[in-house]
Amino acid sequence: MDIIKTTDLTKKFDKLTAVENVNFTVKKGEIFGFLGPNGAGKTTTIKMLTTLLNPTEGTATIAGFDIIKQRNQVRQNIGIVFQEPALDIELTGEENLEYHARMYGMGKDKRKKRIEEVLDLVDLQEKRKVLVKNYSGGMKRRLEIARGLMHYPTVLFLDEPTLGLDAQTRRAIWEYIKKMNKEEQTTIFLTTHYMDEADYLCDRVGIIDHGKILVMDDIINLKNSVGKDVITLACDDLNKLKNKLEEEKWISKIKQHDDTLTLGVEKGDEKIPITIEIAQKINVKIKSISVRKPTLDDVFLAYTGRTIRSDEQKINSVNSMPPRFRGGHH
Amino acid sequence: MKTIEFQAIYVMWLREMKRFLRSKSRIVVTIIQPLLFLFILGSGFSTISMPGLDVDYMHFFAPGIVTMSILFSSMFAGVSILWDKQFGFLQEVLVAPVSRISIIIGRTFGGATTALAQGFIILIIAIAIGTPVSGVIGLMLTIIFMILIAFSAVGFGLILASKMRDFQSFPIIMNLIVMPLLFLSSAFFPVTQNETMKTIAFFNPIFYMVDGLRGSLVGTNNVFHPIIDLGVVLLVCIIMLFLGSYLFSKSEA
Repeated sequence: MDIIKTTDLTKKFDKLTAVENVNFTVKKGEIFGFLGPNGAGKTTTIKMLTTLLNPTEGTATIAGFDIIKQRNQVRQNIGIVFQEPALDIELTGEENLEYHARMYGMGKDKRKKRIEEVLDLVDLQEKRKVLVKNYSGGMKRRLEIARGLMHYPTVLFLDEPTLGLDAQTRRAIWEYIKKMNKEEQTTIFLTTHYMDEADYLCDRVGIIDHGKILVMDDIINLKNSVGKDVITLACDDLNKLKNKLEEEKWISKIKQHDDTLTLGVEKGDEKIPITIEIAQKINVKIKSISVRKPTLDDVFLAYTGRTIRSDEQKINSVNSMPPRFRGGHH
Repeated sequence: MKTIEFQAIYVMWLREMKRFLRSKSRIVVTIIQPLLFLFILGSGFSTISMPGLDVDYMHFFAPGIVTMSILFSSMFAGVSILWDKQFGFLQEVLVAPVSRISIIIGRTFGGATTALAQGFIILIIAIAIGTPVSGVIGLMLTIIFMILIAFSAVGFGLILASKMRDFQSFPIIMNLIVMPLLFLSSAFFPVTQNETMKTIAFFNPIFYMVDGLRGSLVGTNNVFHPIIDLGVVLLVCIIMLFLGSYLFSKSEA
């Protein structure tokens, strides 16, 4: 059964189209990821699927319920971890969980049992009586994940689950996400702009850019679509070498970037000497050359023509302030 | 109404209680401030004779201070929904499978309860230092007024919260709208001596709150019969609550 199914989901803000005719399905027990740069329409999609925003056109069903017509049934079936922390910091961790459970109509015994379970899952038993304002960023995230799971949701939405966390904490959060997917069979829909995160967690990803899904597939298939191996090289005359290499049949894909060329090939290590030979014949001097397995970065690059990182640098140089005042409560 | 809606109302109320009891500084400030007004302003003004005032100034002043303390803390409770917006907690509430109206009812009851607790503390202190009580019926009517004042102000706070983006405009509204209305409400001095002030007072909802509370609690120096004040205040309360919850449910839809 499809847990999430969207049909031509579209959201327009005035003249800006944030999400355009998005169609996808997520199956039971799957970890599905939306991968895309900031402002690609990921959060807007989540907000529509979680009934916080009404779609301009199209609709979607969650666990068989329509997100416009059957809001309460949809809400009963979903758990959400928002991009920005959404906890009451004046309450303890346990109180946050308890109030959440009450709002979802859980009885006292069920509530108590479930609080133990989710606290165990995210290792927060020791901190349950501590006010959330004294939690670290990672602990807050874990508590939010626990809270999202309280009412046994069919699907859990995670919007940039590790944004702003340090490397170690990110790893830990990933483990919790994997664990809950495995132990509770919770279907997970997550958005991220971190390639490694999508790579590590997701079974399937959709690459989204400017509100449209560019490609959607299993991660392995996506990587193979770029080529079995990727050769990256830098040289003194990129154009000349590129023109020459385009005649070669063994290169499945060739792409020129600012100061490098990437080639999609099979058996990459054997192709390095061949490439160098070709370059020498036409008097192009190779400065560096390497071969590696393709990553999601290569996939993203292949479908959008740019890397997520170069996008972020652009955004950061224009606007060095965080997108929203986060309050001095970290 | 389904039980889940009652649960939601209860949770929102309980949350207000917990937060209130935990922020010791908020309790201290909201109780100390009116007491300072009562004692310092009260003892200062009681040494001079005011035209149109034939009783001890403290007895005139006490109902005004009770009104002020309830007004301020209820309004703050209503506006504090902005914090939830800013800290993202509101989203968590809005995706819960409960209706918006239950959330608003819960918050309104929570805010009104905390404000009334403070109001009663001030009232008891005021009576303890000698404010005369007109009688049992008067006292019951006083309590009804206090409840209506609390709910009206929470409603007003909700209206503000739905129109404001952050807290920066809150002090401006307090200083430019609420304080002048309070000064012209006869809370601090009689407004009947000056025709202009009297006319303004008749259009000032806070005037009816103070006048009604004074009429029912002390039973002297009130302009209207408390029942007339009660009618006006009840109307104000209904309008504020209705408008507040309507605007707020719209602002987040």
